[in-house]
Amino acid sequence: MQYCPAGAGLISSRPFFDPKNKKNMKLNQTLALVAGFAAALQLATAGNITGKVTLKGTPTPDRDISDDMKTDSNCGKLHTEPVKIRYCIVGEGGALADTVVMLKSVPGAKSTGASAAPLVMDQKGCEYVPYVAVAQTGQKIVVKNSDPTLHNVHPSPVNTTGGNKEDNKAQASGAADLTFEFPAAENFLKFVCNVHPWMFAYITVTDHPYVAVTGKDGTFTIKDVPAGKYTLVAMHRKAAATGVEKEIEVTAAGAKADFELTMPGAK
Amino acid sequence: MNRSSVNHIWLHRFAVFTALATLALLAVGGVVTSKGVGMAVPDWPNTYGYNMFLFPPSKWVGGIFYEHTHRLVASGVGLLTTILAVWLWIVESRRWLRWLGVIAFFAVVLQGVLGGLRVVLFKDEIGIFHATLAQLFFALVCAMAVFTSRRWTERRAPSRLVSENTNHRAEAVLGAPVRRLVLATTVLIFLQLVLGATMRHQHAGLAISDFPLAHGKLWPATDAASVARYNSNRAEVTGANPITSVQIVLQMAHRLMALVILVCVSVLAWRVRSSGAPSNASARSKNGSQRAETVLGAPLRRLAFGWLALIFTQIALGAWTIWSNKAADVATAHVLVGALSLVTGVLGCLICFRRSPQDERSPVAAFSETAPVHGVSV
Ligand SMILES: [Cu+2]
Repeated sequence: MQYCPAGAGLISSRPFFDPKNKKNMKLNQTLALVAGFAAALQLATAGNITGKVTLKGTPTPDRDISDDMKTDSNCGKLHTEPVKIRYCIVGEGGALADTVVMLKSVPGAKSTGASAAPLVMDQKGCEYVPYVAVAQTGQKIVVKNSDPTLHNVHPSPVNTTGGNKEDNKAQASGAADLTFEFPAAENFLKFVCNVHPWMFAYITVTDHPYVAVTGKDGTFTIKDVPAGKYTLVAMHRKAAATGVEKEIEVTAAGAKADFELTMPGAK
Repeated sequence: MNRSSVNHIWLHRFAVFTALATLALLAVGGVVTSKGVGMAVPDWPNTYGYNMFLFPPSKWVGGIFYEHTHRLVASGVGLLTTILAVWLWIVESRRWLRWLGVIAFFAVVLQGVLGGLRVVLFKDEIGIFHATLAQLFFALVCAMAVFTSRRWTERRAPSRLVSENTNHRAEAVLGAPVRRLVLATTVLIFLQLVLGATMRHQHAGLAISDFPLAHGKLWPATDAASVARYNSNRAEVTGANPITSVQIVLQMAHRLMALVILVCVSVLAWRVRSSGAPSNASARSKNGSQRAETVLGAPLRRLAFGWLALIFTQIALGAWTIWSNKAADVATAHVLVGALSLVTGVLGCLICFRRSPQDERSPVAAFSETAPVHGVSV
């Protein structure tokens, strides 16, 4: 999964080799050995959670936004095909994309957001790419503008008591990337452009790295989960906004967990 | 400086123009909220770093066009209001009217600052207040246009005539019950406006997507599972917030309030249906009573029927807003007709609580003397 952050790394941020201080170097070598051993040990008792999410019931109808697009001719001319907001992307056999799957709570797990690679969100064809993504607390979220028009990037968090701040920044065509980050966990934190009100995207912010988003084939992989028993949650904006839970046990061999989400109200 | 009570025709015309400009401003402001583009310009008072008057038209794309136009028209109304206040201060003899001009000036400044703070402080609550003050300001400017009119300054006071004559019919038409009804209905419309503004400024789209039923029922289910179902099945126009049970109840309150207002205005129209009509003249023996009816009755009758037409239009537009899945133009028309309904109520109150042309006190002061129980100022 491309938006899946890497598992917790245990590599020391201190330099391993310091020519000015041999004692220090020896100490560093020892530390590196210990760290390597610990990492190996963790990997030995950690596994990946994989699975597939499918949808049952009638998906929310797509909304055609071709006419909206034309209100900014810069956007309209980027599209030759009709454009739709895809509330539910359903593939073969009901495979459901854009579902966030995460561990509910992991004792002792910490966000690795500060050292993780930034989540990149592009504005392309006056749409957010991706539409649904995940980031960790403290992880950089880099927003690009690949369009020949200007956007305002307007993250609108709800968890303001946790410290997430609403923001609104202009981004002209060709302007430098914008960077955001959020200190508190929040499901489906909304990014919106008000210049083009049909542009919105959701980033789920977690305070641990054990989270993934399903791809078009409905599959997901959460990497390097320490062995143990967990509650796994699958959330989809339309099919399961508050989430569907599943008890799982992760061993060195990993774990498998499939979800069948039912549209609320569907029989 | 010659302050006289002589009617200044150009001052009146200018006040009318200011009122029309304010209506246009309400329209543009309504479109901004209907389209969800209020935050399309992230900075204030600048526009994308430009001085707002120098922002190049090539960049007025998408939602920026509406938000930027709103800011420009607002500046224009601010200027008009300033001129009106200064003009009144120089030529107007009625002290309270001069101060009304000053109040209008500060109201328009406050309104501009609120609009700016809404953008930079990210507060929906300010949006609600901004929308409410907008309509109160519109009512104020309309009232000022009335106060500066020849009709207003020359018309004989109705309530004094009523107290002079003993005709029961005239009492029934012009008496306290009618006045209270006009006032109460105006207050209800104001509350209705606050309800409407609250719904619009939560940016959640339609909390109930069908009409006349509500989520298929007379009274919609608001339990968590049902609300989840509503949210799942709707296709939001913009990145609307999920709807909540509170918002569903708010919209039901808005619908019921509409019904109450319709009943109130219908009753009023029925009460004054024949007042001031020429056909009444033969039935009147006393000159005074007939005079009273034509003086107050005719304008009030016209107003009541105009008001009723507005309320019917408003209810139709409300229904259409829902059937069109909150199309921006329909929703904005609903805001505008709502504003006109409020203003009609305010003008009705002015007609009813008017005392005497020689009376230099404000209508508010006159009103508090005639009906001290309510303590609500118009
Ligand atoms: Cu945009």
